[in-house]
Amino acid sequence: MTLADPLTVAGRDSASRPTLRTGRVAARVGLLGGLGLALAVAVVLAAGHGQLDVPPAEVVGSLLHRVGLDLGPLPSHPQGETTLWQVRFPRVVMAALAGAALATAGALMQGVFGNPLAEPGVVGVSSGAALAAATVIVTGWTFAGTWTVALAAFVGGLVTTLLVYTTARDGGRTEVVTLVLTGVALNAMTSAGLAFLMFAGDQQAREEIVFWTLGSLNGSRWEYVAVSGPLAVAGLAAALLMARRLDLLALGDRAARHVGVDVERLRLRVIVVVAVLTAAAVAFSGIIAFVGLVVPHLVRLLAGPGHRILVPASALGGAVLLVLADLWARTAVAYADLPLGMLTALVGGPFFFWLIRRARSSAGGWA
Amino acid sequence: MTAGVLRAAGVTVSLGGTPVLHEVDLAVHPGELVTLAGPNGAGKSTLLSALAGDVPLTAGDVTLDGAPVGSTHATALARRRAVLLQHQGLAFGFRVRHVVEMGRSPWHRTPQADRDDEVVDRAMLLCDVDAFAERVFPTLSGGEQARASFARVLAQETPVLLLDEPTAALDIRHQEALLGVARDVARAGAAVVVVLHDLSLAAAYADRICLLSGGRVAADGPPEQVLTPARLSAVYEHPVSVTRVEGSLVVVPVRAPAGVSAEEDACVS
Repeated sequence: MTLADPLTVAGRDSASRPTLRTGRVAARVGLLGGLGLALAVAVVLAAGHGQLDVPPAEVVGSLLHRVGLDLGPLPSHPQGETTLWQVRFPRVVMAALAGAALATAGALMQGVFGNPLAEPGVVGVSSGAALAAATVIVTGWTFAGTWTVALAAFVGGLVTTLLVYTTARDGGRTEVVTLVLTGVALNAMTSAGLAFLMFAGDQQAREEIVFWTLGSLNGSRWEYVAVSGPLAVAGLAAALLMARRLDLLALGDRAARHVGVDVERLRLRVIVVVAVLTAAAVAFSGIIAFVGLVVPHLVRLLAGPGHRILVPASALGGAVLLVLADLWARTAVAYADLPLGMLTALVGGPFFFWLIRRARSSAGGWA
Repeated sequence: MTAGVLRAAGVTVSLGGTPVLHEVDLAVHPGELVTLAGPNGAGKSTLLSALAGDVPLTAGDVTLDGAPVGSTHATALARRRAVLLQHQGLAFGFRVRHVVEMGRSPWHRTPQADRDDEVVDRAMLLCDVDAFAERVFPTLSGGEQARASFARVLAQETPVLLLDEPTAALDIRHQEALLGVARDVARAGAAVVVVLHDLSLAAAYADRICLLSGGRVAADGPPEQVLTPARLSAVYEHPVSVTRVEGSLVVVPVRAPAGVSAEEDACVS
């Protein structure tokens, strides 16, 4: 290798690069477009299914009529329109919001810890947020109206994320074992807190806390969407803005600083965004674990680790996953609403096992 | 590239309470390739970290064109100096080309960003990594990772380059090639600092060698002046001989015949 003539360099690559680039762009657009389409289909399907079935065409028709387009059929069942707009749509929208928020929070945490095992549920951030929310419910505080619970969940999530960050991180690195053990310790502490609240609270508070720990979208209302929606959208927008710099964090703290990243500031911002997103998901639906682990991992397998595609694809993928999981939760057993958190853990747990095994067999595992 | 003068004045650094550098003075000028050499624990990497602005200084200051590196914003600093660390880690499976492109990030949203593709292509060609541009970085061998990381550092196009043992994992061909590129970059006007263990390699490529010993500068000057048998034997606590082979300085440890340890041999002589 000698100093090459720039002309030959340019000449040699001008032929191959454009096709490679356009190929990559096409793949990105294809993935995001495909996921967007899947989300639309999942929403229509999920909104139509339940104790009262509304055919997909009527769901689309009802939607179009609401936005002022006289297209498609309206629900033929007399209760159809009411069911769709008062029960199904708020629930499906909440599922999509929670899924997008959790998957994005997972992708962000993994980026900031440089570790694919970091996830709000695994490291205890979700349960920290739930504990704070449960405290507010039991004590009956309503200092911020409908926002009280979300605000408490945000503070709880923020405190636990900071705690994980300061305890699991040493010398600019986060060891897998330390991270997972920190999660074990945090989950133990939050479980104890929840147990105490159950012991101290009355019958109604106990039921609500059980609801938190199981995770469910049952009883979602537009009021909840009005709180979670802005939080999730703001968190997603912030995540997209940080995506490019998150790539650089993969180089390690020092090397990231050498290419111009203010590492500490970026990390603090990411932690706040993770807390916002976790709060948006947890505030009204309780702990839904493993979404943030499974979705970003699958996206990395498909599209590589670049955060500019990982973040939006995880958001869409998380939304699709939770909309479908929630559809399954409420239709698998007739007249029963299975806890959503139980279902995601049922699928996510084995996936976690597989991840750990894969990490052990690959050379060196994760640093 | 504009001129960059990197200057350390009276730099003292303590790591975990242990003093590692004592009042080190060093100036690196545009067009120069300066090698930091010395035994293990002499403070080479710490001095490089101090020059990069990574470690807090107990005393003294490090300035780049007169501005202290410790208080310069990360992005502004990244446009002035690039650093190649001894160990390259990567948390996720990015492709080599993407890793090299990361070197362009300080120039994001500047007019220089228009040249990103051209600069990245050229850096990869110079480091002989263009052949595995689409491979996943963590699957490369240590030497290939080091070359890809050097390509990232070159792509940053800074007037100051700091390289910590860039040749440690490389074969002879790529050692020579990498230092050749580093020297060409210096000839083109950059100030280059390289930590090297191989003194013969340092003698061949360095304009100046800064020999460190116990956290202090033992000698600083052209290779012929710094690499004397007496000085090296004292600094490395091992007898060292310096010869000339085909016009270049070669530094070799004096090796005792089999069965006699070097220390005993040193005592005898």
